Amino acid sequence: MNSYPLLSLAIWLPIVGGLLVLLLGSEARVALSRWMALAISAATLLLTLPLYCQFDSTTAAMQFVELAPWVERFSVNYHLGIDGLSLPLILLTSFIGVLVVISSWTNIANRLSGYLGAALIMEGLMIGVFAALDAVLFYIFWEAMLIPMFLIIGIWGGPNRVYATIKFFLYTFLGSVLLLIALIYLYLQSGSFSILDYHQLAISADVQTLLFFAFFAAFAVKIPMWPVHTWLPDAHVEAPTGGSVILAAIMLKMGGYGFLRFSLPITPDASQEWAGLMIGLSLVAVIYVGAVALVQTDMKKLIAYSSISHMGFVTLGIFLFSPLGVEGGIAQMVSHGFISAAMFLCVGVIYDRMHSRDIADYGGVVNTMPLFAALMMFFVMANSGLPGTSGFIGEFLVILAAFEASFWIALGLASSLVLGAAYNLWMYRRVIFGAIANDKVAALTDINGREKLVLVTLAVAVLALGLMPNPLFDVMHASVDALLDHVSQGKL
Amino acid sequence: MGQVAMSFSVQELIPVLPEIVLLIGASVVLLVDLFAPGKGRASTYLWSLIALAATALALVYSFQGPQIVLGGHYQSDALSLVLKLGMVIGLACVLLYGRSYLAARDLLSGEFFTLSLFALLGMMIIASGGSLLSLYLGLETLSLSLYALVGFDRRSVASSEAAIKYFILGALASGMLLYGISILYGVTGTLNLVVLQGEIAAVLTDTDARQFSMLLGLGVVFVVVGAAFKLGAAPFHMWLPDIYEGSPTAVTNILGTVSKLAAIALVLRLFADGLQPLLLQWQPMMMMLAVMSLAIGNIVAIAQTNIKRMLAYSAISHMGFVVLGVLAGTAEGYSASLFYMLTYALTGLAAFGMIMILSREGFEADKLDDYKGLGQRSPVLALIMMVVMFSMAGVPPTVGFFAKLAVIEAVMAQGHTWIAIVAVLFSVIGAFYYLRMVKLMFFDDVEDPSPIEAAWDERVVISLNGLAILALGIFPGGLLAVCSQVF
Repeated sequence: MNSYPLLSLAIWLPIVGGLLVLLLGSEARVALSRWMALAISAATLLLTLPLYCQFDSTTAAMQFVELAPWVERFSVNYHLGIDGLSLPLILLTSFIGVLVVISSWTNIANRLSGYLGAALIMEGLMIGVFAALDAVLFYIFWEAMLIPMFLIIGIWGGPNRVYATIKFFLYTFLGSVLLLIALIYLYLQSGSFSILDYHQLAISADVQTLLFFAFFAAFAVKIPMWPVHTWLPDAHVEAPTGGSVILAAIMLKMGGYGFLRFSLPITPDASQEWAGLMIGLSLVAVIYVGAVALVQTDMKKLIAYSSISHMGFVTLGIFLFSPLGVEGGIAQMVSHGFISAAMFLCVGVIYDRMHSRDIADYGGVVNTMPLFAALMMFFVMANSGLPGTSGFIGEFLVILAAFEASFWIALGLASSLVLGAAYNLWMYRRVIFGAIANDKVAALTDINGREKLVLVTLAVAVLALGLMPNPLFDVMHASVDALLDHVSQGKL
Repeated sequence: MGQVAMSFSVQELIPVLPEIVLLIGASVVLLVDLFAPGKGRASTYLWSLIALAATALALVYSFQGPQIVLGGHYQSDALSLVLKLGMVIGLACVLLYGRSYLAARDLLSGEFFTLSLFALLGMMIIASGGSLLSLYLGLETLSLSLYALVGFDRRSVASSEAAIKYFILGALASGMLLYGISILYGVTGTLNLVVLQGEIAAVLTDTDARQFSMLLGLGVVFVVVGAAFKLGAAPFHMWLPDIYEGSPTAVTNILGTVSKLAAIALVLRLFADGLQPLLLQWQPMMMMLAVMSLAIGNIVAIAQTNIKRMLAYSAISHMGFVVLGVLAGTAEGYSASLFYMLTYALTGLAAFGMIMILSREGFEADKLDDYKGLGQRSPVLALIMMVVMFSMAGVPPTVGFFAKLAVIEAVMAQGHTWIAIVAVLFSVIGAFYYLRMVKLMFFDDVEDPSPIEAAWDERVVISLNGLAILALGIFPGGLLAVCSQVF
């Protein structure tokens, strides 16, 4: 086992680095902020790579564990560790972190150092969420992250940013405080804040139900599930491109991760009891929200609704309690991390040139931006779940798992693929194809080197995961099997 | 009383040394000010700080473990030490923040310093109160000084109005408290808190004394009302917003932070020491106080346009949390309340300090709109204010999170889960107006681009203050341990 505290480094390097960028940066030294941020995020990515290389995929036990007493009054520990559930998400976070920095190179007009600093701090906090094994530590990372996101949307966002960011903050805060109550309850029962202790704690059925819904309040808002999803379209639309990318690619995954780390293992019996409700809500998200995406006139809103719809696959897969479903859900999270990031970046590319997200303002973009059109075509296809792309893997596995459970669930899910193809391709047709809509479109220039770099990297990632998903599945088998074993045993 | 006089020895004065030093210091300041040259009052200011430093040293070096002296009227223990250190440091910050603010308003006179020091003396007596009598005397010393301080800006109508309001309502509350104390004394025949506790327990277990236990319940009602008034918990909060708004901000800073420490001292001495056996009587009353404070404070604060009024309502809601910890009725709960109040005072100091730093001659900086675009005018000050706001909202990694965690944990340990849920839900409502401050500072454009004139010492203090809020949020273990060892 490695003797370096890799997880701590991966968490604190971006946080401390982000603070430095914040302190050293000024309007006069934009280049310094950029290169510092790039160096820090790249170093973080490099730090997380050994996590994968040295990961022992044969065991479900926590690895790279760090444990030190922190607040002795409440026996809170600084306890970090990862297993197959968290490793993919940590890698996703550090990977997207670099892309966010590169994509914000020139399109943030004012206070760039603050923006990059906030993004880096958030990256560290999100890695912290995925690595924390102490409930208070987890909660602190989980909540602290709201502050930089609140600022990113509020300072650098669109015209209605204040409404969107306050709604985002209060919505998620409301869910989180109920999580806090649940965690304190568990602490009083077990005398510890260790999440792993909670997994073994015997809890009666009634209490499990209450705890399950407290967890639900926090995680369903975050992921988000219908009907508590309404903050997401607002936040996405108003956030600057980088903020949208972080939100969609990583922050939503925290909700799915929460279900896997808290709901399932701590309240296994309640999870099974209420699985029907979860599957029902997920189906509504997949189908109804997919239909809602169809009628959007704002590109970012469309992608936001498509995100909610895709996250429906994740929650549905998780609550089928089969290896296929859970692994499909995790694969869907990772894949959506790549694809939604790419989609928002694509919108960002044309938004930077046209300052409009309205589909009606576009048309015939392919004539002036052929390379961009090709790349966006690829991502739109991936978003619709085209085989060969990563979007296919997760959805296919979840649908397979659904067939094992019930034909009708699978039918509902499969029908959403048609919807997905419809809203994606229709949007693409209206924006990219057709005659050149107006003078602004005629004056567009194709993507520059930096945009190319970001989009091509993501395209390679989407393709690689789509063609060779095994490196991803290999690391999670043991953990998923152990988790499902634990759930099927129950606590009663 | 004869016995008390006989058992007196000079040895007994050692625990009282901090108060003696402070009294001498306050008198010196009074004298120095008489002969101080010019209007700058630099010497008065310096001597006040020296008096505070001497008091702090006396506190640390005269402490010899728990002792009860002066016939049981005075007790020196870890609780009093922690509270007094907090009060002394807090008042020193108030003076540092307040100097240029007062000077700009032509209020920098000796009275401010002497009255503040005498108020501190009253607070320290409360913190060490060993009997109902000394608690009451301390409270009156504090209150009389505060009445005068509130009305200290004699050219301001608002200030005079606030002083009269405060005096009338404060006197009423003192009367209530005194009436409750007299009933307790009538039933038990003692003023000493330790003896009182035993006597009450005896009355409660004595089945022949049923009527006395009812009378004790009546006394407790008045004590709770008096304490709730001093704490500023709803529904006895009506004075708070007007007085916060009307007083000069330097005085609001004392009211909002240091004197809250005196209030928690009073509450802990009364309920944790003396009235502990009557827990079942005062617990339901405190539940009502807590829920009403949380509700009224958080909801009404949203409607405020004046930051001092907003902070007043925010204070009411925070008192709800403090009362929650107390009503748990356990050592955990008391220590959680103590931790909450200490960290709240720390946060409040920075909030009111910021108002004073941003104000200048003829401009109070007390409207919410005055904070528009602060993030562009002074990023550092705006960041500090943001930390303060997030701490008050209870968002990690600030200390406000651990304060709320401690209180909620103590309450839930006693099985009052529903009240914990009510508390956190109201704190979500409360988060809105703290977020609005952040919004004004960072998302809105500058309306008043005039430069911020802050002295270097004020900048240093407010930076340290903001850092302390963050540092305690990341490493709360030390202070939490201190607070739990006290009980």
